[in-house]
Amino acid sequence: MLKNISSVGLPVGEVLHIRKNTLTPSNITGEEKRIAIVTGIQGDELEGQYVCYELIRRINENIKCLHGIVDIYPAINPLGLESVSRGMPTFDLELNHIFPGNIEGDMAEYTAAKLVEDIIGANLCIDLHASNIFIREIPQVRLTHENSDSLMQYAKLLNVDFVWVHESATVLESTLVYSLNKLGVPSLAVEMGVGMRITKEYGEQLTEGIFAILKEMGIWSGTSIIPKSPIISTDGEVSFIHAEASGIFVPQIKHWKGVRKGDSVGDILDPFTGSIVHHVIAPCDGMVFTLREYPVVHNGSLIARILGGAN
Amino acid sequence: MMKEIIYTLKSPYREDFNLYGYTFGKGDKSACIVGPTRGNEVQQLYICSQLIKILSNLEKNGSIVSGKEIFVIPSVNHFSMNIERRFWSVDNTDINRMFPGDANGETTRRIAAGIFERVKGFNYGIQFASFHTPGDFIPHVRMMETGYQSNSLANLFGLPYVVTRKPEPIDKVTLNYNWQMTNTNAFSIYTTATEQIDEKSAMQAVSSVLRFLTRMGIIKYNCHGGYIASIIEEGSLMPIRVNVSGIYRRFKNPGDEVKFGDILAEVVDPYEGEVISQIVSPTDGIIFFAHAKPLVMENCIIYRLIRRLHE
Repeated sequence: MLKNISSVGLPVGEVLHIRKNTLTPSNITGEEKRIAIVTGIQGDELEGQYVCYELIRRINENIKCLHGIVDIYPAINPLGLESVSRGMPTFDLELNHIFPGNIEGDMAEYTAAKLVEDIIGANLCIDLHASNIFIREIPQVRLTHENSDSLMQYAKLLNVDFVWVHESATVLESTLVYSLNKLGVPSLAVEMGVGMRITKEYGEQLTEGIFAILKEMGIWSGTSIIPKSPIISTDGEVSFIHAEASGIFVPQIKHWKGVRKGDSVGDILDPFTGSIVHHVIAPCDGMVFTLREYPVVHNGSLIARILGGAN
Repeated sequence: MMKEIIYTLKSPYREDFNLYGYTFGKGDKSACIVGPTRGNEVQQLYICSQLIKILSNLEKNGSIVSGKEIFVIPSVNHFSMNIERRFWSVDNTDINRMFPGDANGETTRRIAAGIFERVKGFNYGIQFASFHTPGDFIPHVRMMETGYQSNSLANLFGLPYVVTRKPEPIDKVTLNYNWQMTNTNAFSIYTTATEQIDEKSAMQAVSSVLRFLTRMGIIKYNCHGGYIASIIEEGSLMPIRVNVSGIYRRFKNPGDEVKFGDILAEVVDPYEGEVISQIVSPTDGIIFFAHAKPLVMENCIIYRLIRRLHE
């Protein structure tokens, strides 16, 4: 059932609604567990859209297997999603940096507060993110050190390739998952794919993981897979490669493939002179779990992250 | 006056991004002034340019006190200013959320690190900034309550108001906060405008910096004594919101004194032209901030009021 969780009048002839789809079993007892699946906080992150579609489709096809409540929030930033804008148009701060929001605040703060208010009481929340347009990520769960012990049981079920215990921007203070964890709702952030695109196989992989969690929680009695065992890593095991020149990056490696120390990761080219301005070399052995997608780089742009050892 | 390049970034298609600094006088690192970090802070750029012009003349006249050095960076983000974007031209990150920076990190962290390396260690740090909520402010000095801030020093700028603010997580990566953490007395100066040049408040800001430098014994300059500032904690400013969306008619400006019951603004139906809401002052006071755009959204803050203060 579609419900509005927040409605704000826009200046001219339009109301902005934040909607969720609540899927419930036919016989409600009042004792059901509830899970919240959130995505679309950043308007350029579309990977979660396919997951929402697929979850709803599969649950509706076997609704008799549903024994709990699944709240799905596909678009927390509808204006950004429709205007190809990462942030919420008219608002300067990133939406995922203002949680838990302010019920008396303006559009963005109010939306954030209404979302938190709506999720409070859930047994679990999963916040789905893509990467931005610049880099591609393998499906991964991001956890803070503070919450890693309590959340690892869920992270392992999500059928992702990798769990990174790392104080990244997706899980830091002021984000949705940080705020919900503080308010007593166990919450996980998932990153996968690349901005402004949908990677169908990643969406299907994660959907299977969500069904595995639903089953574990007693919300789902239909079929589910045995999730793959993710690699679990902390900061000390990840190397960052940044561009040390400006130009056009052309990779020579594949995403989520192994590299050896000294292997060529790619070249930064100068299209005016036909020269290679920087040859990017792997600093360690490991797996490339982040890889540059947008070719134009400045000195410092992130090229890759390698799981396997620190610089 | 000595002009130097403090940071260079090569660009694939544009000229090199060179950050310039200007030094006046020789000796102790007395005062550092940093201009716009955002591409839309044109007023802040104008103020810095005027300061450089005056400091250059003062130096020629021997009015920089012996043994004192003043350093000015008039523009931190002209790459964005030249293409009319607020944040970094490539990845839309905010340089003023990247301090103290990382010389081996991503591009804007490298820029921040390059700046911070040059500007740290000064006794006084002055930044011309703008707020994330667009609108018009009373000219004021703003400081974060880090435990190191000094209201009495802020008073020496002679602006009418000093505003203190408890730092939020997003504030801890600003230049102002990091200056304070490294023992620089840091102040941010806000004037009436950002994207347009407001000559009156720009000159007020220029005078306030010259007054401060005079009072700290760094320059010799005769100027008006300015105000004895009212000290305001940001949380005490009363937000006044609109209850409907539409076309906004503003009746009051920053600095205006208002009485309980005064009509502060109206909202007009964007299709039918009727007044659909009148915003009435809930108390006596002085307007500190006023919304400037012609459209408003429901619940948006259109004014912030200094309660029960008279001119």
